[in-house]
Amino acid sequence: MQIEQTEGFWLHERYEFSLAELADLSGLPEVDLREWVDEGVLMPTNTQAPQWSFGLDRLVTVQLACRLRKDFELEPHGVALVVTLLERIHALESEVRDLQAKLPRVLR
Amino acid sequence: MKYKDYYATLGLERNATAEEIKKSYRKLARKYHPDVSKEPDGEEKFKEVAEAYETLKDKDKRVAYDQLGSHQPGQDFRPTPDWEKAHGSPDFSFDGIDLSDLFSAFSGSRQRTGRNGAKAAIPGQDYEANAQISLEEAYRGTELELNLNVPEYDESGFPRRVQRTIKARIPKGATDGLRLRLSGKGGKGLNGGRDGNLYINITLHPHPLFRVSSHDLFLDLPLTPWEAVLGATVQVPTLGGKVRLKVPPGTRSGQQLRIAGRGLPKPHEGAGDLFAIMQIVVPPMPDEQERTLFKALADISTFNPREYLDRS
Repeated sequence: MQIEQTEGFWLHERYEFSLAELADLSGLPEVDLREWVDEGVLMPTNTQAPQWSFGLDRLVTVQLACRLRKDFELEPHGVALVVTLLERIHALESEVRDLQAKLPRVLR
Repeated sequence: MKYKDYYATLGLERNATAEEIKKSYRKLARKYHPDVSKEPDGEEKFKEVAEAYETLKDKDKRVAYDQLGSHQPGQDFRPTPDWEKAHGSPDFSFDGIDLSDLFSAFSGSRQRTGRNGAKAAIPGQDYEANAQISLEEAYRGTELELNLNVPEYDESGFPRRVQRTIKARIPKGATDGLRLRLSGKGGKGLNGGRDGNLYINITLHPHPLFRVSSHDLFLDLPLTPWEAVLGATVQVPTLGGKVRLKVPPGTRSGQQLRIAGRGLPKPHEGAGDLFAIMQIVVPPMPDEQERTLFKALADISTFNPREYLDRS
């Protein structure tokens, strides 16, 4: 069996990419992505600029939105609502994890 | 090919209406979808439910599925020659495929050829995998071996299950929940379409000493009462080896001392910090001399930590 070697790349907010790259990576047409920007599913880092840029972590949001649209057969507004609520849950879960990390353990 | 009972997966009878199929799918999707559910094995169960729905919601696919007949789930079977004649294609082989591949090929082979007969470029599918690594591996960077069993498509657009082994270098910068993209390691593109990507969701094994918050680390640092009062220089473990930490006199329990740049490396530049949380620990069984000294301290000290309680 052939073993393929490869190098990973982090989907981190500090790396940015364009709308065209986001469309290419997510397999979605730009028009759908623009609709999701209008609905507030994802925000460019430079809303006022003629060419939008996005943090690379937004790809994770777009993939989530794609799954929700396909698997729950949701309209753009429904996608926006669920993504917003899920991101709030993720933010709260991450806050709980942070607080747990900062909480001293009982030492024996 | 192993038989799967798509109706049973959706909890339905074989004569269920299209509306019943949709309703049952939606109910089960809400229960098991990995993005909205915390059910154990939700992802696996959702895949089964989605596969069943994908076939049964499409009128043509449902007819083709029904014509396969009813078998025991998991039973090996092969479509009859009549079925192959009605739904198959001359160059399609039923060997080494899954029932879901059969139905994705069923619609896929038709979509893969454009109206004028030209084959449209189809990008390869993106894949997702989960990987758990240790804190030490996140700190140094590491290499993961991923074994994937995925469908691959031939030139006619027909699938074949293949076992792929991918050795991926995980660069420094990992933390819990961060995702990694392995470019071009998803499904192969067809007719000149680009290859898909493989995305890995990273989680970290719990560590016996360090707790993680983004790229920062937290460590409980036990101090004796006299180290806390007088100050001390103590050795602290970090992922990059031990460092000496100066604990200032008058340190309180729960106070955090920051050791800059000793957390996890960040993907772009720099690193998180290590926070040592001071914990004042008393000797569990002081000997006679220690007791005498503490007693002497108690006799002469005017310190009252509960003063504010008396005031209220």
